[in-house]
Amino acid sequence: MTRFDTPKLATAVFLASEAVFFTFLIAAYIYYYGSVAKGPRASNSLDPPRTLIFTICLLASSGTVLLAERSLAARRIAAFRMWLALTIVLGAAFLCGQGWEYAGLLARNVTPARNLFGATFFTLTGFHGFHVLCGLIALSVMLILAFRRSFAQKEADGLGAIALYWHFVDAVWIVIFSLVYLTVWL
Amino acid sequence: MSDLPLDPILIAGDRAVPTHEPWLEWIATVDHKRIGVMYLLTTLVFFVVGDCEALLMRYQLAWPGNTFLSPDAYNQVFTMHGTTMIFLVVVPLLLGLANYLTPLMIGARDMALPRLNAFSFWVFLFGGILLYCSFAAGHAPAAGWFSYAPLSEAGYSTRHGMDYWALALLGIGIGTIATAINLIVTIVNLRTDGMTIRRVPLFVWMVLVNSCLIIFALPALNAALVMLLVDRQLNAHFFTSLGGGSPVLWQHYFWSFGHPEVYIMVLPAFGIISEVIPVFSRKPIFGYGFVAASTVAIALLSVGVWAHHMFAVGLGHAWDYAFSASSLLIAVPTGVKVFNWIATMWGGAIRFTTSMLFAIAFLFTFTIGGLSGVQFATAPIDWQLTDTYYVVAHMHYVLFGGTLFAVMAGLYYWFPKITGRLLSEKRGKVHFWLMFIGFHLTFFVQHILGLDGMPRRVYTYPNLPGWARMNLISSIGAAVLALAVLVMVVNIALSLRSGALAGDNPWDAWTLEWATSSPPPEQNFESVPPVRSARPLWDLAHPEGGRA
Repeated sequence: MTRFDTPKLATAVFLASEAVFFTFLIAAYIYYYGSVAKGPRASNSLDPPRTLIFTICLLASSGTVLLAERSLAARRIAAFRMWLALTIVLGAAFLCGQGWEYAGLLARNVTPARNLFGATFFTLTGFHGFHVLCGLIALSVMLILAFRRSFAQKEADGLGAIALYWHFVDAVWIVIFSLVYLTVWL
Repeated sequence: MSDLPLDPILIAGDRAVPTHEPWLEWIATVDHKRIGVMYLLTTLVFFVVGDCEALLMRYQLAWPGNTFLSPDAYNQVFTMHGTTMIFLVVVPLLLGLANYLTPLMIGARDMALPRLNAFSFWVFLFGGILLYCSFAAGHAPAAGWFSYAPLSEAGYSTRHGMDYWALALLGIGIGTIATAINLIVTIVNLRTDGMTIRRVPLFVWMVLVNSCLIIFALPALNAALVMLLVDRQLNAHFFTSLGGGSPVLWQHYFWSFGHPEVYIMVLPAFGIISEVIPVFSRKPIFGYGFVAASTVAIALLSVGVWAHHMFAVGLGHAWDYAFSASSLLIAVPTGVKVFNWIATMWGGAIRFTTSMLFAIAFLFTFTIGGLSGVQFATAPIDWQLTDTYYVVAHMHYVLFGGTLFAVMAGLYYWFPKITGRLLSEKRGKVHFWLMFIGFHLTFFVQHILGLDGMPRRVYTYPNLPGWARMNLISSIGAAVLALAVLVMVVNIALSLRSGALAGDNPWDAWTLEWATSSPPPEQNFESVPPVRSARPLWDLAHPEGGRA
């Protein structure tokens, strides 16, 4: 007898382990936050208003993936494809924003080697960006499947799991954005 | 059959299962039994390799001032021995057993996510091979199995061994987490009708708790490894004080993983013991609920004791008190278990099979290791004995005398199920006595050497009174252990070919894996017996509901 949706349960357990992973990276950022006396740090290197715009993109993509799920449940395939594509576009926009930010920082010689801000910042946001990328790959696979005729219930179960992952990546970003960017305004 | 989770593709029959050559069938398999066997065989190979490394060390230490191994070679050998035994033998050995047995014990057809299961195995194997490629790359890692910073940093470990170590452990860690996810989902979702959580075999209980512990502990190691790699490859300073980083942070992160890891290496062994002892004592386990609940207690406590590995760092008295107290607390649920096992044997009609002998040896040896553990939980004793052979003795008493003896009990117990043939009891007894005597010969004297202050991880030692004799005894013990392993391998090989046929249930056991043929068919069960208690096969044999 099956008690829970298998892909969703597996993803939930996986995300529990991911949460621990990010907790340790975030803890390292906090641990070294006060020890950066000179050189680049969040307050003189980052551009929170610009990042806020891309943050809104990522947050919006959580909404659009939810709408994609609802459309699929109602068997409105055209709407499902549209919301799924929009989710990918928003996620990709966030990644582009991160790439833009990284390019600017590296151009000013803010690197992991420069000081502990660089090390903790790039490790934390870099791994988050990597998770966004993995999510985008999964969503893209789903989009390709969505354009095939034989889109069955099995794939729909997969979408639930991917959506759960996507919400998680979003939630982690809310924590990172609050901790790394919003504290600049304190 | 209706309650079995069958693959819809097989039911529909729209895709025939292709047949391939045997070796390809193994490589391409997603069957939990084959994956389990591949885990067991791989760990056997790594076990022999790790044994050889141990023998190199014991040969070097057999007499003072030996020059057989250079200091640098010795550092590599003890690092590889520890890393191999922990990450490539003990953990995957237990995962392999869990893989093979869990679906059978809960009456399922396979794991919940068979392809993920295959992925887990192959990424683990890839990690193991990657670790050993470090030799080919010129230098194996040499900073010990816990790779303390800053020794593990680029400035001090200039060759690439550490990078291989970190990448290999990342791969193995990912595989381990994936298996844990799979086991949790399998146990939650695929239990057969009637198998409530209070009726699952205790081995499965331990696997479940163990998997949860893996989910919460392994990511700490992965995070630390990632930071170490950023340090080494991108010249960051997470763990070097040069750029404001903190070597102590590595210790915190590593042991946040490392102490739960100790329980990850022993909880499934508790599960094996909890299956073997009742069957060979012909009594149900004493206090099923206590054994299960004390496991949860151990798991919860284990995430709050990591800094007892760091008493010598100088964290301050408040921290030392707190971590001493939490570490001592773990003795309580562990003691509960030992009493439960003894009470199970009490008054039972004990059958002294090789499996049972190993289980009894486990009780004896693990308790000694537990007692020296309690000593280490006391900060002042730890200050005195840290980094001496007392640590080596303690840890081998719990890992070798504990976990590995339990695995040996499990090997003799489940080998007939896996292969259809019994292991020879005659050779088994030889194996047992050689291993038991060899083990205590090797490691008991190390307690005394540790009390005398002999430091671990040093390639030789001065000729102080008694040290040469005790080290020689230890090295002779290691040779006896090697002989025991040889007898085991021979026993496996000969019994595979000409062992007595086992039948479905050679031990007259009560859990579901014994309800199917030996070895089980690909779909595991023709029909799963009804489950109305924790001992479904007992109920089947005694429909009138008698108890014994």
